[in-house]
Parts: sequence; C-alpha cells; structure tokens
Amino acid sequence: MITFKGVHKWFKSLHVLNDINLHVTPGEVLVVCGPSGSGKSTLIRTINQLEPISEGSLIVDGMNLSDRKTDINKLRAEVGFVFQQFNLYPHLSVISNITLAPAKIRNVPKKEAEEQAMALLTRVGLSEKRDAYPSQLSGGQQQRVAIARALAMKPRIMLFDEPTSALDPEMIGEVLAVMKDLALSGMTMIVVTHEMGFAREVAHRVAFMADGVILEEAPPEDFFLRPKHERAKQFLRQLLTPMHAECP
Amino acid sequence: MEPFFNFSVITDNFTYFMIGRFPHGPLGGVGLTLYLAVVSCVLSFFGGLILGLLSISRFPAVRYPALAFINLVRGMPLLMVIFWMYFLMPALFGKVAENDTVIMALTLFTSAYMSRIVVAGIEGIPKGQTEAALSTGLTSWQVMLYIVLPQGLRNMIPSFVNQFVSLIKDTSLAFIVGVSELTHVATQINNRTMAFPTEIFVFIALIYFILCYAFTSLSRWLEGRLSWSKAF
Repeated sequence: MITFKGVHKWFKSLHVLNDINLHVTPGEVLVVCGPSGSGKSTLIRTINQLEPISEGSLIVDGMNLSDRKTDINKLRAEVGFVFQQFNLYPHLSVISNITLAPAKIRNVPKKEAEEQAMALLTRVGLSEKRDAYPSQLSGGQQQRVAIARALAMKPRIMLFDEPTSALDPEMIGEVLAVMKDLALSGMTMIVVTHEMGFAREVAHRVAFMADGVILEEAPPEDFFLRPKHERAKQFLRQLLTPMHAECP
Repeated sequence: MEPFFNFSVITDNFTYFMIGRFPHGPLGGVGLTLYLAVVSCVLSFFGGLILGLLSISRFPAVRYPALAFINLVRGMPLLMVIFWMYFLMPALFGKVAENDTVIMALTLFTSAYMSRIVVAGIEGIPKGQTEAALSTGLTSWQVMLYIVLPQGLRNMIPSFVNQFVSLIKDTSLAFIVGVSELTHVATQINNRTMAFPTEIFVFIALIYFILCYAFTSLSRWLEGRLSWSKAF
C-alpha cells in the first residue's frame, strides 16, 4: 500500500530522511516513534507530499510520487491527514468543515454530503456539535472533528501526525478511542505518536526513528520488551520514567 | 462693523458645493467626490486582489511583471499618475471623459497599495490552514478561494479602510485636471467671491472629515457584523 525505497530528504544541508525503506500493507497500523527532530513528522508528510522527497522512490496506493504524471490532488484525496494542531477552518461551522472537500472535489450534492458528515460526526461522538464553530470546541473535540473531516473523503490511508500532543491529558483518551475504533475497522494507518499505550494495544508494528534513520522495526510486544538498539532503550526509559531520565 | 467670519458664502452656494450644476449640468461638488471615491474604491478592491494574487504566483513570468508594476506605481506621486492618465488615455483611446481618467489614475494607484495589503493578509493565515486543505485534495486555487481568502479578507478590513480613507482624500487632487469635485468647486467659488477663503476651506475640510469619519464608522459596524468573528 505504501512503499518507501531508498528515500532521502534534505532541508538544505540537513539530512532529515536517510535511506528510508519501509513497506506498509493494507489494513496495517504502523506506529512511528522516536525523539523529537528524528524526522518522523517529515516521514509521514512525504506520503501525501506535503513534503516532497529528494531522492528514492515512494509508491502510495499504486501511485508513484516521483512521477510527474501523478495527480497529487487525487492522491491527497485518497490519503487522510490529521495534524497535531487540528487545523480546522475557523470561519466554517463543524459540518461545513467536513463537507467542504467532498462537495468541491467529488461534487457530492449538499444534502448527501451533510448526511455523510452527520454519520461521521456520530461516529466520533459529536453529532450535537454540527453547527458549532471550531473555537467553541475543546481541543479533544476539535481533533475528533478533524478526524471526521479527513474521513469524509473516504480515504484508503489515514496519517496521524502527533494527534494527541497538543491536547490536555484528560482529552487524549477520547481521541485515541476514535483512532482505535478506526484501526479496528481495518483502515491502513500510520501514526506518529508518543502514546505507547496506544502503540502496544493497537499497532501491528512499531518503527523507531532517530536522526532520520529507521533504527528498529518490530511488533509492539518485541519493541517494548526487547528493544535491540541502544537509542531505543534510552528513548523508552525516558518515556516511561521521565523524572529519572536525567539521573540514571 | 461686519462679523469676522461670514458663512453666508456657504449657505448661498450650498447646492453648488453639494452637487455642482446637477441635474441641469454635470454632477459636481461632494456628489462627484463621492462618485469618484466609490467607483475607484470598488475597482481598486478587485484590482488590488488580482495584483496581489499575481504578485505571489508560482510562475515567475506572472510574478515579476506584477511586482514591477506595483513597485513602479508605488514609486510615483499620485499627482503624476493623474496627469499621466489625463494625457495618455486620450492619446491611446481618443476622447475619454476627464472623470474617467481620474478614476483610472486613482484605481491604478490604490490597487498597487491594496495589493500589498492583500499579500500581507494572505501570508498572515497560518500555514496549517493551507496544509489541512491541501491534504483533503483541494487544488491550490480552491484552497485560496474557500480557506485562505475568506479568513484573510476579514483580517485585511482595517488596512482596507485606511486605504479607502486615503482614497477619499486623494480625490481632491482631481481638481488639477479640471474635474469639478469638491476642492475644485471650492476654488471656483473662492475665485468668484474673492473674499471668503477661510470660510470656504474650513467648510470643505469639515466635509472631508465627515465623509472619512462616516466611512470609518460604517466599516467598523460591518466588521462587527461578520458572524464568525464573534466566535473568537
């Protein structure tokens, strides 16, 4: 479904992605973790070409991203993206946030688009917020609307870029629950997150990145119990006991 | 002994100050000032929007001519642009009404300034908005039309108002090419009566102030009415 082959990316002289080789099969849930600045956000942003790659080959849902003939807008419509900062449109109501893309790109009639949007809002537990504006919602609610907005295009792949990092602790659960539900429905997902509980429970595979390299790829039980790489061990130690990380 | 100020020159010529010789002759005075300001205002809104969008185009062949034009116009005094249009337009298109040459000059000049406001407004919208919209598959034009401009235009309103207030005042420069707007009417009456320059120019100063103040108030009211602004 998604295949990285020898992918590199540079920001000027900074080597952010270094020889990435990764294959994600349909229905798989991959969690990507690693210290900040390791290139994990850049990695998933390349998949819908919010960041173009510098070298190598990247094939998403049968479309080759390096091919000039590939219609990037069509690709993006097939790939849902959820941002750390939600990025809902503040000038549109919740329902319009969701129906905009289907109405403008797929020419879905207004009534039908709204029915589909309501079904999605019900799925994320926010049907009573259809006419609210984003600023009237809590962070957790905004992120759930953002997930519904991404799902409105009926994507075949969903990408999550630290979807809970900007949330207050008590709202993380509601967003993770929606994501778990989505994973169980068989969606192909790549999730950049530090929520190790989610990774352990939902992911089929965990990829650990540092300095632009994928250092380790393993099923969650192996990764958490028997991390091979020293950087991964250190990362997990810090994550589990942040207070004691400084003084081992 | 006569009073120090004599405002009868205003009351005697009040209709002429307001609408010139209209309806028996061409519109003049405050009426013409408003006409010049409103028409140039509407045209330069669209002119500024188009110029602004062109000046941030992905294509250098579009971007550079637009930027060159904007910088050229911004580097010229308005009075010169007015002269320029006044002599150039008839040379190019035969007879053009003086009012129209002034409208064109004001539009050209104001559009160049407006375009920078438009660019600033667009660049002020967080990058995440564009990325979110692109990630749903919208084209960059759709993103501009449905996401960036609706938010950006609202942020541009205060700067637009500034520019349009300047525009109202700038219409006074039209007097130099004999267009009978308020300032021209005032100089005419002054030349005819020869005795009351203070009264006349205090009066038209007051009129300009009222026009500008009314416009500022109107736009503040409009800004408050934009529904989603309340949500913030």
